[in-house]
Amino acid sequence: MPKSKSLARGVAIVGAGMSKFGAFSEKNSRDLFVEAFKEMTKSVDKGLDPSVIESLYVGNFSSDQFEHQAHTAPLLADAVGLTPIPATRVEGACASGGLALRQGVMAIASGMYDVVLVGGAERMTGLNTAGVTDALATAADVPFEIPAGFTFPGFYAAMASAYMHRYRMTPEHLMNVAIKNHDNASLNPNAQFGVTIQKWMEGRVAAAIKKGKPAPTWSTIWDFLHDEAGNPTVAWPLRLFDCSPVTDGAAAVLLVAEERMHEFTDHPIHIIGSGQASGSALHDRPELTTIPAAKIAATNAYEMAGVTAKDIRIAEVHDCFTIAEVIATEDLGFFAPGEGFKAAEDGVTARNGAKPINTSGGLKAKGHPVGASGVAQAVEVFKQMRGQAGERQVAGDVNLALTHNVGATGSTCAVHVYERRN
Amino acid sequence: MSEETTTIRPFSAAAFNQYIAEHKLMGTRCTKCSKTYAPPRAICPNCHSEKMEWVETSGKGKLAGFTVIYSGPTFMSEQGFDRKNPYISGIVELEEGTNISARITGIDPLKPSEIKIGTPLNVDFIEFGEGEAKKTYLAFKA
Repeated sequence: MPKSKSLARGVAIVGAGMSKFGAFSEKNSRDLFVEAFKEMTKSVDKGLDPSVIESLYVGNFSSDQFEHQAHTAPLLADAVGLTPIPATRVEGACASGGLALRQGVMAIASGMYDVVLVGGAERMTGLNTAGVTDALATAADVPFEIPAGFTFPGFYAAMASAYMHRYRMTPEHLMNVAIKNHDNASLNPNAQFGVTIQKWMEGRVAAAIKKGKPAPTWSTIWDFLHDEAGNPTVAWPLRLFDCSPVTDGAAAVLLVAEERMHEFTDHPIHIIGSGQASGSALHDRPELTTIPAAKIAATNAYEMAGVTAKDIRIAEVHDCFTIAEVIATEDLGFFAPGEGFKAAEDGVTARNGAKPINTSGGLKAKGHPVGASGVAQAVEVFKQMRGQAGERQVAGDVNLALTHNVGATGSTCAVHVYERRN
Repeated sequence: MSEETTTIRPFSAAAFNQYIAEHKLMGTRCTKCSKTYAPPRAICPNCHSEKMEWVETSGKGKLAGFTVIYSGPTFMSEQGFDRKNPYISGIVELEEGTNISARITGIDPLKPSEIKIGTPLNVDFIEFGEGEAKKTYLAFKA
């Protein structure tokens, strides 16, 4: 495994913002990126003169398929008034945002630039469900995985089947992850699904009564989650509430060289570790219950940062499916293999638990505009670490955080470690 | 393992699919370290040798992971699969020690909790369409 070197010079985040996540029929990815950019600008404590920005890296999986628009980066730069600075699109499926962040970190660490904008944008809801399924499937190993009929829920469901067999987990255990992430999203005004599953269920009952239809007889959220009418199977053992939604959204963070951070803020968040790794198609891995690229990316990021999994206070992990959060928390070393599923059940990963995971609501409930998700993770830890996460603020000193962003079934993974020093 | 080998066809997805159309599950074997790969590889990731040869696999394996898909890609909908008629996709560990993605048949998709990881499977081929449009898909049957 290649060893992780340290950054040649320090990098800090001094601004972060995101658009509202959701389904917006009247907005394209450019409009969403403008929203995110404005939110980022507002967050820079000492104000931002955009003309100091020297380069843009933007995560975008497939505006080509979703919007019939390729060559996204210069259009996004132009939309926020930044041309003629270099604008580079970075694609790594659902890890596009995490990879763009890493490109930004490297661009500053190398000495090439002092001030870099990192963005992510994806507008997915212009396609119908079948169209989105087909578009996302292009992130797989198309000639060798797709003819088997696999979809993305299907891949993660196959991982879940192996995990259930090996560790005696049940589909109910996975529901705990969904319940927790919806609880967190209910406190996030930017989330696509800002409601608890309890409220969602009550809304379904109220809607049925209003339409004069027989009201469902769910008495608890567990009744609801076990009912095909409330929570249909998508790819056994995964049901609708195990899956992240189709989302439109964008996010942006401003990275600067540490030596210039005080021009922007007295409360910077330092990026002290960055790891990235790649892997084969799902079938080509020795085990289906872990993602090797995630473990390697995490090991490298920890090594660069000089910290261990134990030191991390909060993490935003890539919960495109509930099983993905369970596996992520094991790959990152927070829990031993086979123990991750118990953490959500025992409340360890809740906002007030020992290891809060996905305080934003995660991809599951905040939403998953694929190319933006990795950058939106950085936005959440920036806010949490500066005590600006509002109602969902984690108590105590959030001085070390981590983000974990996965492309496809784990053929790409990016992990970053963040530190607050004052 | 069959001894049938040929070096004529390139180690490509197109050649692999041509073999599938002939109802042969072929892999490539590294002539240096003897590891076999299906899907095929042109360069051995184990020893980095470029000296590969086609070999026909035994077609025997066991189920490593699976799912029952209720909402599939467009080409599966066209084959008649939907919420009322789901299908199984799986990952199969071949006797040769290589894993491959395939459709899984001969198991009831409506009773997923009865499907066992480790179930022995044999290679099978599913044909769909006619004439020029005919396509052959890799499957494994319980």
